[in-house]
Amino acid sequence: MSLRSLLVALSLLLAAPAFAVEPSEMLDDPVLEQRARALSAEIRCVVCQNESIDSSNAEIAHELRVLVRERLVAGDTDQQVLDYLVARYGDFVLLRPPVKPATYLLWFGPFLILLFGVVAVFVFFRRQRAAATLPPALSVEEEARLARLLGDQAAEEERPEKA
Amino acid sequence: MMKRLLFLLPVVVFAVIAGYFLWGLAPERDPRDVPTAMLDKPVPDFDLAAVPGLNVPGLATADLAGGGVVMVNFFASWCVPCRAEHVYLSALTGETGVPLYGINHRDKAEDAVAWLAELGNPYQRVGADPGRAAVEWGVTGVPETFIVDDAGRIRWHHRGPLVPEIIERQVKPLLAALAP
Repeated sequence: MSLRSLLVALSLLLAAPAFAVEPSEMLDDPVLEQRARALSAEIRCVVCQNESIDSSNAEIAHELRVLVRERLVAGDTDQQVLDYLVARYGDFVLLRPPVKPATYLLWFGPFLILLFGVVAVFVFFRRQRAAATLPPALSVEEEARLARLLGDQAAEEERPEKA
Repeated sequence: MMKRLLFLLPVVVFAVIAGYFLWGLAPERDPRDVPTAMLDKPVPDFDLAAVPGLNVPGLATADLAGGGVVMVNFFASWCVPCRAEHVYLSALTGETGVPLYGINHRDKAEDAVAWLAELGNPYQRVGADPGRAAVEWGVTGVPETFIVDDAGRIRWHHRGPLVPEIIERQVKPLLAALAP
């Protein structure tokens, strides 16, 4: 029994991740097929949205996989294939958003927030250190004035309230 | 003065975040909406044969320029929203006289013929698309509808069924504006 469960666990470990690519779609040329697979992982299946066409079983994903391979066979570069799809589906079809002015905030925003945090922490510790160093002791005149002020207040408090 | 302004900071941060939430929760915003890249571009190259058994011709790029404003609708007999929009599409073509061309997406010819025989055929041309034409048009699924102007440029693209509200608010005003 335990041997069997061990075998099951082992076979689960060895199982390769499942891909949607069907054998009939694959190209004979292993170099082109490798490029097609790498490219497919970057292309969003437009109906399943958060899956790449490499892992989606949707019909449109199948259509796009075949199309990517056709264009590679026709001699397109990887970029030309992506451009072809972007012209039809927009940047949405790319799983990795391109770096351009409209996406600067997306790409660099986290670093901006990190920078704000670093500056804020820096300022906080500087203030704390400044507060920790005590101001110089009072001069003789200041001591005398303080005693007078405190004395006045004490005298005021002792005075009975007038009705 | 600076110190006082600093107290306003949480309020400002809250207002900005609340603004994003308001935008994100707006009922008319659909986060699954796929933006269209085809607007104001010429119709793509495609050439589709007629559906066997249907008495209307097929559809190709050449049919879409120089013939006035036309509407192109991707549909399939297996598509439930297509059935829902069919009555509105038929009424729209009857009312405006704008030609409606169909692209029958991934369908069996006999199913498409039976579907149109049952519901009526508002399409002047129907091309049978095994799948590639949809990609050329940037279509993600059926139904989707395009309005093409006289020069063969795509002027409007809608994903999903044409419901009366969209027809009244978007389609009719645009058709009126494009008509000579």
